[in-house]
Amino acid sequence: MAHISLPDESLPGIVGLFNFRPETAEPLRLLADTLLRGESTLTSGERELIAAYVSHLNNCHFCHTSHAAAAMAHLECDLSLIDDIKQDFKKIEITPKLRALLNIAAKVQKSGKDVRNEDVEAARAEGATDHEIHHSVLIAAAFSMFNRYVDGLGTWAPQENEAYREMGQRMAFQGYVRRDVVGS
Amino acid sequence: MPHIPLPAHLPGITGLLEYSKETAQPIRVLTQFLLRGESTLTPGERELIATIVSHQNECRFCTAAHTAAADLLIGNTETCEMMKQDVDTTPVSDKMKTLLKIAKQVQISGKAVSKEHIAAAKANGATDLEIHDTVLIAALFCLYNRYVDGMATVAPSEPQFYHGLGQRLVDNGYNRLPNGYDHLKQNQPS
Repeated sequence: MAHISLPDESLPGIVGLFNFRPETAEPLRLLADTLLRGESTLTSGERELIAAYVSHLNNCHFCHTSHAAAAMAHLECDLSLIDDIKQDFKKIEITPKLRALLNIAAKVQKSGKDVRNEDVEAARAEGATDHEIHHSVLIAAAFSMFNRYVDGLGTWAPQENEAYREMGQRMAFQGYVRRDVVGS
Repeated sequence: MPHIPLPAHLPGITGLLEYSKETAQPIRVLTQFLLRGESTLTPGERELIATIVSHQNECRFCTAAHTAAADLLIGNTETCEMMKQDVDTTPVSDKMKTLLKIAKQVQISGKAVSKEHIAAAKANGATDLEIHDTVLIAALFCLYNRYVDGMATVAPSEPQFYHGLGQRLVDNGYNRLPNGYDHLKQNQPS
């Protein structure tokens, strides 16, 4: 059970919190949508991998597995590859640029101060642009927020990868903004 | 020097929010609601939460800016300074002390918030909404602090700068100024 009384205890992770506080849900959803599905030279699959990786480092099962499932949906990978994110991407094919950006994201997860000039230069050497470096830092920072929000209020999360299949597809292809509210 | 080129007249978070306006917009809306929206916690109390988290994250820019805002809203400089040393001796309500302790746990990790921390807050009269907002403010500042330091933004050393910024946060809140920030350019040494 969550630390606070949620109107619908059956809703897992951040979904239950969105339902509890619609006023904060709206900007949080829009931030996720802009970061992960907005215009960018990084693909949505790559950005979801950054989100899933940071969430794994923060030990947030709900965010990790749901964003990993979204990444798998984007990349047309089998759900079983989710666990490869925890093994430092041995099977999922990622570019050297994304690997350098994931390194920056892992530093941000610990502390912003851990990002060194060398980390940024390594990403640039693999072709990363200012925008891509900015975006990677902000995605990692945003998931340092989302993960703390979800776990800090003691929400529950389904255990098995399979339970996240549909959620991941919805996140990937319908996005994070509730269209019925936004009206498009 | 920042990791990417940012406007020189806008140090810390302010330049990042102008560099990427599309991501800034929901962050600003969220912050304005959490720190200035209707709440049973005062804006000053909510700035204390922002300050303690930024302090624990050792984010110089955010700590100085939110300390300045909290000082102005509370009307003294001692509260923030005492809080940074020891929450228990800070001149705030017992409820607020338990909420500040929850915020400090969130700074470490979401999982570091225990049932006991929550029970202590509830025993001192904290509502579910207050606990929710405390956790989310603390989490939000974990975003800000990482964003600001992860991009290696500039933190001015003059206290006067933060006094001005704190005043702007008190007067205007967190929404983008309607006419932008070009008027700040004149303060820059050429």
